[in-house]
Amino acid sequence: MLEIKNISKTFNSGTINEKKVLSNVSLTLEDGDFVTVIGGNGAGKSTILNLVAGVYPVDEGKIIIDGNDVTKLPEHKRAAFIGRVFQDPRMGTASDMWVEENMSIADSRGHRRGVRWAITSKDRERFREQLKLLDLGLENRLTTKMGLLSGGQRQAITLLMATLKRPKLLLLDEHTAALDPKTAAKVLEITDRLVKENSLTALMVTHNMKDAIAYGNRLIMMNAGKVILDVRGEEKKNLTIEALLEMFTKASGAEFASDRALLS
Amino acid sequence: MQILLNWLDTLPGAVSQGLVWGIMAIGLYITYKVLDIADLTVDGSITTGAAVCTVMVTNGENIILAMLCAVIAGMLAGMLTGLLHTLLGIPAILAGILTQLMLWSVNLIVMDGRANIALSRLKYGDKVLISSGASDIYVTLGILAAIVIVIVLLLYWFFGTELGMSLRATGNNLDMSRAQGINTNFTKVFGLALSNGVVALAGSLLAQQQGSADINMGRGAIVIGLAAVIVGEALFQKKTTNFAIRLLFVVCGAIIYWLVFQTVIFLGLPSEYLKMLSASVVAIFLGLPYLKTRLGLKKKKTEGKTNA
Repeated sequence: MLEIKNISKTFNSGTINEKKVLSNVSLTLEDGDFVTVIGGNGAGKSTILNLVAGVYPVDEGKIIIDGNDVTKLPEHKRAAFIGRVFQDPRMGTASDMWVEENMSIADSRGHRRGVRWAITSKDRERFREQLKLLDLGLENRLTTKMGLLSGGQRQAITLLMATLKRPKLLLLDEHTAALDPKTAAKVLEITDRLVKENSLTALMVTHNMKDAIAYGNRLIMMNAGKVILDVRGEEKKNLTIEALLEMFTKASGAEFASDRALLS
Repeated sequence: MQILLNWLDTLPGAVSQGLVWGIMAIGLYITYKVLDIADLTVDGSITTGAAVCTVMVTNGENIILAMLCAVIAGMLAGMLTGLLHTLLGIPAILAGILTQLMLWSVNLIVMDGRANIALSRLKYGDKVLISSGASDIYVTLGILAAIVIVIVLLLYWFFGTELGMSLRATGNNLDMSRAQGINTNFTKVFGLALSNGVVALAGSLLAQQQGSADINMGRGAIVIGLAAVIVGEALFQKKTTNFAIRLLFVVCGAIIYWLVFQTVIFLGLPSEYLKMLSASVVAIFLGLPYLKTRLGLKKKKTEGKTNA
């Protein structure tokens, strides 16, 4: 479903701030893979997601989604294949627009936007049903401004928007990191359900080792711009935080340097 | 008593001016409020609208055709600003200034090198849509009100379509828009073209209302338009989130603006102070929210201190 072939990325190339974030990374996701990605700060986790989404171009390498080479496509064109949820709940939705307007924008993803009236009563009913499944009471707030909702509510709606038009690939960039633990758990549960129900292929970056183990069928660990661990199936199910930390130390030759990962 | 009657006499003229500038302000609303771009192209494109319309009518063309061409000319100007901004990466405000300066030459060329071309009702008879004369002011008011309503309805429809929705999303959240597959460069160019088309339409009406096209008529137009947008929003903001009604409030803002100005002039303020007054009004209204939050913050800080 997703093929990342030998990609590299260096920021601020040729300046004193030059930073090689990814070097020669390859990764293949099978159809239906739900991959969790962990790693310390600056390991290159978010960069991979942003390169796949087309936020900035790769220096070298290829990105292929479902057989389509998207390496040269701009961000908005790749969006036809990709659903995204960001870390900042404000980033995934338009604050000054209504809930139903936001959903309608997501509903047009991958289509040519013409002068058809955007929200018909049929659409509205469909949005209402989808929102009802979130079980957050949002089905009665179709004409509430997005900016008035809480971070958790906004992330849940962003998730819904990312999966409304079934994407070939779902990219989740620490999408629960800005939420309180209870809300984060709820949003993760919704994530898991949406991925399973739609049998989506997903890539989820997280700082939380427990979540990384609990969710998905495959786990990869990154360090200093390289994939240092790739575990799947039974082996992944039997992982413990202690075992992960040990593997990290062994593979990277350093202690895992993220308090956030340990404190959860 | 006589003074009061004289003052009342000036009001229909003020409302008529308010309606024309209200149309201009609706154009500005599209860039300033919907796309979140301060577009300085308008100072030039309002004159372009006036120039194109005036020259065509004086050459014997039909007024409707002339106004239509004015709109198209305005849209091209907006498109140029949009392309400078999106293709060349020039900051929007600077792109607008560049186009505005180019339009100065364009407008002079359109007007065949003349700084002023008369378009009086007397000379051109029924060839103009609205009148510069005081005698049929109420007909003018009716036509202008009808134009305002048609524009508001058209824009209300447009911003409810998928394309219109993508323009609003672009102004609201660029990251989200791109993630949802919106070509934000296209929507920006489109919005700027649409906006300047409406502004040029206002320009063509302004020429008819003043009875002439003048190379300097657009100077400070953005400030007057902003004043209308800000006054309209400030007075009626909390009342509704309905887009069509918000646009009507912007027109109300323009009318209030001109009523106040007419009154100030009537009370004896020399007209050379007008631009200073409009800029001051806009500065105050733009600055108020900032001052409020600053004062609010100070309050919180002292509260924190006393609590500690």
